[in-house]
Amino acid sequence: MSSQLETSGSRVGGASLNSDAAISVRGISKSFGDVHALIDVDLDVARGTVLGLLGPNGAGKTTLVRILATLLQPDSGSAQVAGVDVLRRAAELRERIGLAGQYAAVDENLTGLENLAMVGRLYGSSRAAAKARGQELLQQFDLVDAADRPVKTYSGGMRRRLDLAAALVAKPPVLFLDEPTTGLDPRSRLDLWDVIETLVSEGATVLLTTQYLDEADRLADRIAVIDHGRVIAEGTSDELKDRVGGERLEVHLEDSSQGDAAVEALAPMCAEEPATSDGLVRIGVRQRGGAIIEAVRRLDQAGVGVDDIALRRPTLDDVFLALTGHAAEEEGSE
Amino acid sequence: MRRLLSDTLVVTERNLVRLPRAPELLLAFTIQPIMFVLLFRYVFGGAIRVPGGSYAEFLIPGIVVQNIAFGGFVTALGLNEDMHKGLIDRFRSLPMARAAVLAGRTSADVVTNALSMTILVVTGLIIGFSFHASVLHVVLGLVLALTFGYAFSWVFAFLGLLVKTPEAANSVGFIAVFPLTFISSAFVPGQSLPTPLRQFGDVNPFTIVVNELRWLWTGQPSPDQLWQAFAWIVVILVLFSPLAVARYRRAAGR
Repeated sequence: MSSQLETSGSRVGGASLNSDAAISVRGISKSFGDVHALIDVDLDVARGTVLGLLGPNGAGKTTLVRILATLLQPDSGSAQVAGVDVLRRAAELRERIGLAGQYAAVDENLTGLENLAMVGRLYGSSRAAAKARGQELLQQFDLVDAADRPVKTYSGGMRRRLDLAAALVAKPPVLFLDEPTTGLDPRSRLDLWDVIETLVSEGATVLLTTQYLDEADRLADRIAVIDHGRVIAEGTSDELKDRVGGERLEVHLEDSSQGDAAVEALAPMCAEEPATSDGLVRIGVRQRGGAIIEAVRRLDQAGVGVDDIALRRPTLDDVFLALTGHAAEEEGSE
Repeated sequence: MRRLLSDTLVVTERNLVRLPRAPELLLAFTIQPIMFVLLFRYVFGGAIRVPGGSYAEFLIPGIVVQNIAFGGFVTALGLNEDMHKGLIDRFRSLPMARAAVLAGRTSADVVTNALSMTILVVTGLIIGFSFHASVLHVVLGLVLALTFGYAFSWVFAFLGLLVKTPEAANSVGFIAVFPLTFISSAFVPGQSLPTPLRQFGDVNPFTIVVNELRWLWTGQPSPDQLWQAFAWIVVILVLFSPLAVARYRRAAGR
């Protein structure tokens, strides 16, 4: 993986940081006693993109976020965020990052507006400026009606939105979102996804951790799969899916006795041995583009009647299983 | 330094604004001290002989100091809760002064302690306590009690960040402070204690602070240890505020 990373970097601690990237991580390791939470992690996140850090509970996702957000010191390695060295200039870095956690880190006994105004003033704004920014964010996050209610009266989804709003008070160029939708109902999840997509369209760089494959698929430009403290794969969603073999073409035949004829007709397209059973033909196709049209044409020429034909793309579940030998949410027992 | 002050004010304000919205906490500041005064004055008081004036006059300075030392519990519980809710993580990711979260908490305690102390003294006045002192001495006594409470809030800040759960903060704090307050001259005359306890009681900062407050407010003869009382406050602050801040820097949420 490191071969992809040969860009204009400065030599720091034996590994070369990519100073063009919004987030650059080299050789970060962290142990807690005998537990190796992170082992020699390298990552780059280009400006204005979302990196999804995907892995089961205990894989090391939160540990990495805590290190990059200056909350935790790594045992070794180096990292740069928004052009600032994470380990040497932590105080300066805090001006440029926003952190929204797995647990909504807001004060339940303060109102939504009071929470945001407090955070604004802790960033150094005046009382009036902090309040104005708070009101602006409440507007943006559809919380105006609840502005003056204590947070303890908020729903789970509202708390997460407020938590995210608090991370945005200082308009930071880099955002860390640690499992932003864990524990939310599907409706609130979709709402929050919309909000995050809007942020990214406005130019933010986001490091998003998640144990949900669909979340990474929807939000992330690139995905790093992390398991037992190691990054075991990195790429776009499509690249990762290509690794487990391309698309699966599923053909339901009108006449189940034509199975052999169908296989013969489709053979030139196949990447692997086709499987037939009971009028259903499954083949792994070499290329995605035009696969359905080509298959229909070939079957038509061979006189094979088709009842239904579908191209099923491998899911990130398939990816995770292929890479780690276990399902992604297997250990996700919260 | 300017940053530390302004950030501390923001956090203090936060802790005071939320106070009326957590009624169970407010109850601890108001009803509990009244119950303690009534318990000692009317249940135990009859059986306790004190030199000089009445037991009410003996009791109130003692109970004020005990109450104010326990006032820091709010800091221990509050910080522990903030840690679990992830608020400490948020604060630590902000470009704010490192000590401000703790200084803001302990400063808020001064306000709640003042409230609690006012209720105590008013209750005392109703059950027979009276000041026999100049205004200057009364005010000096208030300052002594509040600064002693402030120093103890830093002890509780350290404890609150040290232990895993609010329940643990509660019991560790109680185990630490309870003997200190009771093996002292707060509720009974120091001379009435068995020898080993009396030896402990004599050097116990609680005894020193209580005796000085008694002298300042009721004119009871004092061993002239006012400087020692303030020295203890300085020692506790110098010891525990760096410990608490160091702990805060490494605090891990959940």
